[in-house]
Amino acid sequence: MCLAVPGQVLNIEDDTLRTATVSFGGVTKSVSLALVPEAGVGDYVIVHVGFAISKLDEAAARRTLETYAELAASSLPDATDG
Amino acid sequence: MKYVDEFRDRAVAIALAERIKKTVRWPWTIMEVCGGQTHAIVRFGLDSLLPPSLSLVHGPGCPVCVTSVSLIDQAVCLASLPRAIFCSFGDMLRVPGSHGDLFGVKAAGGDVRIIYSPLDALELARKNPDREVVCFAVGFETTAPAWAMAVTQAKQAGIANFSLLIAHVLVPPAMEAILSSPQNRIQGFLAAGHVCTVMGYEEYEVIAQRYRVPIVVTGFEPLDVLEGVAMLVSQLEERRVAVENQYVRSVSREGNRQARAIVDEVFEPATRAWRGIGEIPASGLRLKSVYSPYDAELKFQRELAQLAEGKEDPECRSGLVLQGLLKPPDCPAFGIRCTPEQPLGAPMVSSEGACAAYYRYRSHATA
Ligand code: SF4
Repeated sequence: MCLAVPGQVLNIEDDTLRTATVSFGGVTKSVSLALVPEAGVGDYVIVHVGFAISKLDEAAARRTLETYAELAASSLPDATDG
Repeated sequence: MKYVDEFRDRAVAIALAERIKKTVRWPWTIMEVCGGQTHAIVRFGLDSLLPPSLSLVHGPGCPVCVTSVSLIDQAVCLASLPRAIFCSFGDMLRVPGSHGDLFGVKAAGGDVRIIYSPLDALELARKNPDREVVCFAVGFETTAPAWAMAVTQAKQAGIANFSLLIAHVLVPPAMEAILSSPQNRIQGFLAAGHVCTVMGYEEYEVIAQRYRVPIVVTGFEPLDVLEGVAMLVSQLEERRVAVENQYVRSVSREGNRQARAIVDEVFEPATRAWRGIGEIPASGLRLKSVYSPYDAELKFQRELAQLAEGKEDPECRSGLVLQGLLKPPDCPAFGIRCTPEQPLGAPMVSSEGACAAYYRYRSHATA
């Protein structure tokens, strides 16, 4: 039940709960963005029991993935001298 | 970027595991606090990628598992009231109380509803003014803002037939209880990324220094967990003690300010009994007095007064499992007298329970 998953904000209504439609890999759900005022349409948010609890930081995620890619490349077995 | 598959890449997982193997020189015992991480570890076999000198111990981070038997009994009692609509997350229905579970109440004709969000329960209260909507408010810091939002919305809208049976627990006091136990073996923690998404990690800095234990705030995808382990092992090997943040895409040091503010507005800390562990001071939440009309324990005081003290199945070792002192397959009942269909204890029921994780992903290997 603690599960919190990333989804993309498709649209936001103008109500007190900032009710939004969020897509989870194509499946959409109604989610309150009241706790993440900085999140807008197109952003990814972490959703838990009907509320977004954070807006994912895309730049930070890209930096993480870059270090992963470098790590994977540097630990490849040396193909040339087998 | 979808924030899922990118963090499950096999080549990177192997590279991270290699980095860990190269770093480790001493045996270390580390605990992942959160049941969501336990499931990632068991499901993706991450432990099999790690060197044998590194032992991963599963922690108490499953709110369903730590809810006391007495609270389950209270839930069963309230769900059986003729005017009640009892709302719960699905995981709680099969958790055994002293005499039966919520599923049994539902099967016998009780109005027990599985909700996805606290807002669903509020909607039910709005639509059924002649009924009492009682919610089983279970969860860690991650879930508290959602319940707090529902309570403030109920107050604003003047909805009176809505109340919470609160089973809320807090992570840092449980970590301290584990660290101060004489049996403690834990030398480093992976802290739960979504709890910290809400709360930040200032509190953990105090714990790290007080107990000289490194802590890494960690996400839930396989690469997150492996990177968290790699960061923790580096600290341990270098004899450093700090709180580091692996899950930077979601967690900041101060957490989510709006979420913390609404939790502070509605709740205050309270002593809470943890199933199988016992009472831990200031380890739970209760409603502040201005919101006490929404407290089901007060509202239904008379009905609940007749309940006896809750009784755990004597065969269940969940207390040891939740403190990281016993691995689920080493429980004599595991997979024999205790299965997800016929559970003796909560860790076999919950989708984050350690016993359920081993049963689901490992029982074919041990059978
Ligand atoms: S396997 Fe079943 S009986 Fe054993 S500790 Fe887990 S939940 Fe309790």
